[in-house]
Amino acid sequence: MAMRVDDGGGEYVVPMIEIRDLTKRFGPVVAVDGVSFEVERGEVLGFLGPNGAGKSTTMKMVTGFLAPDAGSVTVGGDDIASSPIAVKRRIGYLPEGAPLYGDMTPRAFLGFIAEIRGLAGARRRERIDTVVEQVSIGPVLDRPIETLSKGFKRRVGLAQAILHDPEVLVLDEPTDGLDPNQKHEVRNLIRGMSSDKVIVLSTHILEEVEAVCSRAIIIASGRLVSDGTPEALVSRAPNHNVVCCGLRGVEASGAVEALGAVDGVQRIDVVAASAERVSLQIHPVNGASLLAPVAEFARTRGWEVDELYAERGRLDDVFRAITRPHGSSAGNAGAASGEG
Amino acid sequence: MSTIWVIFKRELSGYFTTPIAYVFLALFVFLSGIFAFYIGNFFDRGQADLQAFFMFHPWLYLFFIPALAMRLWAEERKVGTIELLFTLPVTMTQAVLGKFLAAWVFSGIALAFTFPMWITVNYLGTPDNGVIAASYIGSFLMAGAFLAIGSCISAVTKNQVIAFVVSAAVCLGFVMSGFPLVLDVVSGWAPPAIVDAVSSFSFLTHFEAITKGVIDLRDLIFFVSLGAFWLFANAVVIDAKKAQ
Repeated sequence: MAMRVDDGGGEYVVPMIEIRDLTKRFGPVVAVDGVSFEVERGEVLGFLGPNGAGKSTTMKMVTGFLAPDAGSVTVGGDDIASSPIAVKRRIGYLPEGAPLYGDMTPRAFLGFIAEIRGLAGARRRERIDTVVEQVSIGPVLDRPIETLSKGFKRRVGLAQAILHDPEVLVLDEPTDGLDPNQKHEVRNLIRGMSSDKVIVLSTHILEEVEAVCSRAIIIASGRLVSDGTPEALVSRAPNHNVVCCGLRGVEASGAVEALGAVDGVQRIDVVAASAERVSLQIHPVNGASLLAPVAEFARTRGWEVDELYAERGRLDDVFRAITRPHGSSAGNAGAASGEG
Repeated sequence: MSTIWVIFKRELSGYFTTPIAYVFLALFVFLSGIFAFYIGNFFDRGQADLQAFFMFHPWLYLFFIPALAMRLWAEERKVGTIELLFTLPVTMTQAVLGKFLAAWVFSGIALAFTFPMWITVNYLGTPDNGVIAASYIGSFLMAGAFLAIGSCISAVTKNQVIAFVVSAAVCLGFVMSGFPLVLDVVSGWAPPAIVDAVSSFSFLTHFEAITKGVIDLRDLIFFVSLGAFWLFANAVVIDAKKAQ
């Protein structure tokens, strides 16, 4: 249930998570520096940033594990400083590394979480059965958690987080250490739950952001440096909407000159040119789409086109450009040092 | 209250998931008997009481209780489950009390398994069972005070061995503080009031008073308030250290 407030001028929805000027210092190090954002129901928020940027620290403050030095966290209208228990009831949290009580079996562990969460009787059995099914841990329910593989441990952690069907789900690197099939399953699970929840997940796998998130926030050195949809983020890539075009039976200089006259073309690079084939990269002005005009132009000229596509741009390049202010340009992604 | 119960149950059953708990219980019962019979000269004293048995409890606890308490918080911090625990709807008081009570009940179970001593002395003579009951209560209270110390120190480190050694040392200080060995060091420079204060912290003095059958409210208050103080310190330490 979203909280609706009628202030006379029509109702508006209060954001489920409201974070204001959140700041945390560890000694002289400012881990999180004045971060503010809001998340609404139905959103899947991807939390990006290099290691040590303050992602986990922010999540620890949102879930009430750490107290902020300044700023406030409000979840579902409750402030975490004044009513921490109410906030914690609303949140399901998978901490970084999915810490679990290794001496317990998943069955006993989920039973413990259910009891703490106040689930009892039929409701408790039903929820445990549901999440065991959802994360497919049925076969290992009665084995000590410490003997399980990393993938199973991660899934037990996930089961624990979603056990009480929380309104807010905070997942710190939920797919870390999973194989591609398991990653796919977990992403499907997250997508399946996203409609009626607020989901915040941190990751450094950028494809994951494009796969599951409706919005992405980038944090670098404790500050929020970008906030938008993954698509908007991708469009900031230097090669976004660059049209790659392969032509046969056309002379390179002639083609460049002719295409240069097309509206919206900023410049054209010749990637390769031989007697029978020319390969071009056509850069648009302001990242606008050029695919249709270029195709139309080639058709009217009667050129033989054997390749024509627009680059989407890579999130990795944008990520690097944003999080490394003093680094090299985002374009030479492959040569960039200091990865990870 | 129910949250304390849930944490208590998980913690107590955690002791029994490994055979260590049974070894621990057996060892405690065995050693407390050995001490009473061979070092305490239970038979030679020719008295129908359990003085020879209870007088060694502070020394047994010196090693058994830190072993019981060392993993309470050190393990949570090492594995990172402390983050899981404190993002569940659990307050600091509930977590500290739940864990402490589980360890305390475990020590109570160990104490209860020494019942053959009580049967023996009743078979051999006619002891004052009131004094024995008081001694058991006193011993249990003292175990709680030891445990509160151990629990607090277990939160200071992620290393269980360090937790064990440091709490054994601190507990030794509390046991010994009534002894001339310690008091002589203090009395050389400190005013008498401080010497008295130090000696009044001795577990031995308070425990021996109880085992003589004199249940003085002050002795009970001593153990209870000392335990409460260390548990409060425990919460403060957890709050300060959990981020690391």
